[in-house]
Amino acid sequence: MTKMAENDYRLRCMRQMLRIRLVEETIAERYSEQEMRCPVHLSVGQEGTAVGVCDVLRSEDRVFSSHRSHAHYLAKGGNLNAMMAEIYGKRDGCIGGRGGSMHLMDPDAGMMASIPIVASSIPLATGTALSDKFDDNGKVTVSFLGDACLEEGVFHESANFARLRGLPVVYVCENNLYSVYTNLADRQPERPLTDVAKAHALESRHVDGNDLDAVREAASWAVETARTGTPTFLLLDTYRWREHCGPNYDNHIGYRTEEEFQTWRVRDPLERYRKQLEEAGILSAGSYAELERTLQAEVDAAFTFAINSPLPEPNEARAHVYA
Amino acid sequence: MSMPDLTSAAGAPVINMGTAIRDGLLEAARRDPSVIFFGEGVEDPGALFGTLKDIGKHIGHNRMIEMPIAENGLIGIAIGAALAGKRSVVTLQRVEFALLALEQILNNAAKMHYVSRGNHKVPLVLRMIVGRGWGQGPEHSQSLEAIFAHVPGLKVIMPAFAEDAKGMVTAAVEDDNPVVVIEHRWSHYTTSAVAEGYVHRPLDGPRTVRKGDGLTIVATSYMTLEAVRAADRLAEAGYPVEVLDLRVIRPLNLDPIVESVARTRRLLTVDTGFRMFGIGAEIASEVTSRCFDLLEAAPVRMGLPDHPTPSSRGLVRGFYPDAARIARTAAEMMGVDEAEIARIEGKILADRGDVPIDVPDPFFKGPF
Repeated sequence: MTKMAENDYRLRCMRQMLRIRLVEETIAERYSEQEMRCPVHLSVGQEGTAVGVCDVLRSEDRVFSSHRSHAHYLAKGGNLNAMMAEIYGKRDGCIGGRGGSMHLMDPDAGMMASIPIVASSIPLATGTALSDKFDDNGKVTVSFLGDACLEEGVFHESANFARLRGLPVVYVCENNLYSVYTNLADRQPERPLTDVAKAHALESRHVDGNDLDAVREAASWAVETARTGTPTFLLLDTYRWREHCGPNYDNHIGYRTEEEFQTWRVRDPLERYRKQLEEAGILSAGSYAELERTLQAEVDAAFTFAINSPLPEPNEARAHVYA
Repeated sequence: MSMPDLTSAAGAPVINMGTAIRDGLLEAARRDPSVIFFGEGVEDPGALFGTLKDIGKHIGHNRMIEMPIAENGLIGIAIGAALAGKRSVVTLQRVEFALLALEQILNNAAKMHYVSRGNHKVPLVLRMIVGRGWGQGPEHSQSLEAIFAHVPGLKVIMPAFAEDAKGMVTAAVEDDNPVVVIEHRWSHYTTSAVAEGYVHRPLDGPRTVRKGDGLTIVATSYMTLEAVRAADRLAEAGYPVEVLDLRVIRPLNLDPIVESVARTRRLLTVDTGFRMFGIGAEIASEVTSRCFDLLEAAPVRMGLPDHPTPSSRGLVRGFYPDAARIARTAAEMMGVDEAEIARIEGKILADRGDVPIDVPDPFFKGPF
């Protein structure tokens, strides 16, 4: 299964989506223990975008993310044990407890940084693309951003510059319809979001973000186009199942409806893909169950690793203020 | 006015500080191909007051990156390039344009090394210019070093003399940290003998530019020149005072200041920025904590009054500390009698003559 999963992107991507789902469901389940003492923004329901995009990247390509970074970090190959230890605030965290869930990074895996201020990482991604163009090293940078980023000036500043300079960067907009509790319709006029990219002369594709194959195909175009020096924009429609920040469902508190959630629930990127692969005869129910057991064991081991890692000492907080 | 402590270049050509900064940047860029320059008008005919003049001709125009009018994006992109191994040098025409980019500077430039537990480095130089004079007014002449100095992870430097400035900007470019360089437009005109070729001045703390035992003046940037003029007239009258050019605002090296005040027992600070919550407040507080028993007078802070900077030359009368007021304040702290103070003050005012108050005093051109 593992070898086959590596060779066939479909199995590889399904495995990665399932792995991310199990990690985050386990976070949600154990969050009330109050040992993960930092805000967590879960990507449950949005795994298709992270996995479909990152699967077409080379290991040396770069990714920047935001406050909702778990799926991007794992899909780009970030170390799971280090991620969980970071969320637990432990010394073996990917940055030793300095950032928590909102600052996940693993530069060796190309996961450059996660920045929790909305849109703040977009110019950083544009800047690494500028440097890589200078070095002519063939690397592409992916900037994951949300629908609200199109309201931030720095997106426009960055997109304008990327197009002007022909930078190898892909702006991936995951439109999950909400900024915290506020619907897109209350924040932006009705218009195709791709028109915003078009205003900066960026070529774009718009696909269902919960359709893994569609995401992957669009991402493949976007990344390879960017690699030739033409920056691109991807608009991926998706939906966050749980609350903006925290482990709970919040369909009852009044900003969105249970009906809306259910229409997205049936478009679950993971379940859809599992069925698709079963129907194509690539995956059996038995092998899926076995995969789930194997991955859950890996996830549980990562939680155990994090729990057993020591808290960092207060004197460590003074290190690395200056290089 | 000679500056034996700062000028090592006997026989070297006399140039102004703006040109010295340009020479220092060019030298650093020649030695390291990863140095790239960003700016709005980075190669325009003005070349940022001449401070970037012809650099592109020497190192290649591809390393001179003209930026759209987008400071937050511009500086974020420069930070991103630094994360990927470049040494980014950003020049802003005025300090105030940096306010559009505070999010990138305070969050990403200042914290990336720390948050990444040392994995990332941000070798970034952010030059910004204090545009005092000629009616530049509320939003073109502020000296906002205190904002940047508040944030751990940033370095903040304010050169006052030409050769020192050349060596300091070279050191800033070579530094692996984000360095905010605040240049006073009136300091750009000061001249001194500046060594040719590579000059490196470590970003390590204050320099003593006048020696004396009566009182310690700690001044920043252009105010160092006003303080030196005051000190020279005080010394002539028999009241020698020490003048420290602070140079590096952050990390703040207090040791030479404490050492001086322990000897002189009096501290006067003179800022280019607002007095309230300013650099002088931090220095006075720290020095008082360390030297309380030794002080013979309460520390005094001079700086800009508690209102925005108006444009009219009528409204700015008395707004900026000057040599006469510095001399009067210092002399009062030392207990000099009023008639003597008035004589010293009168000499300084006569030195300035009828030069309008909204242009630099030619006296300050040097060479220092």
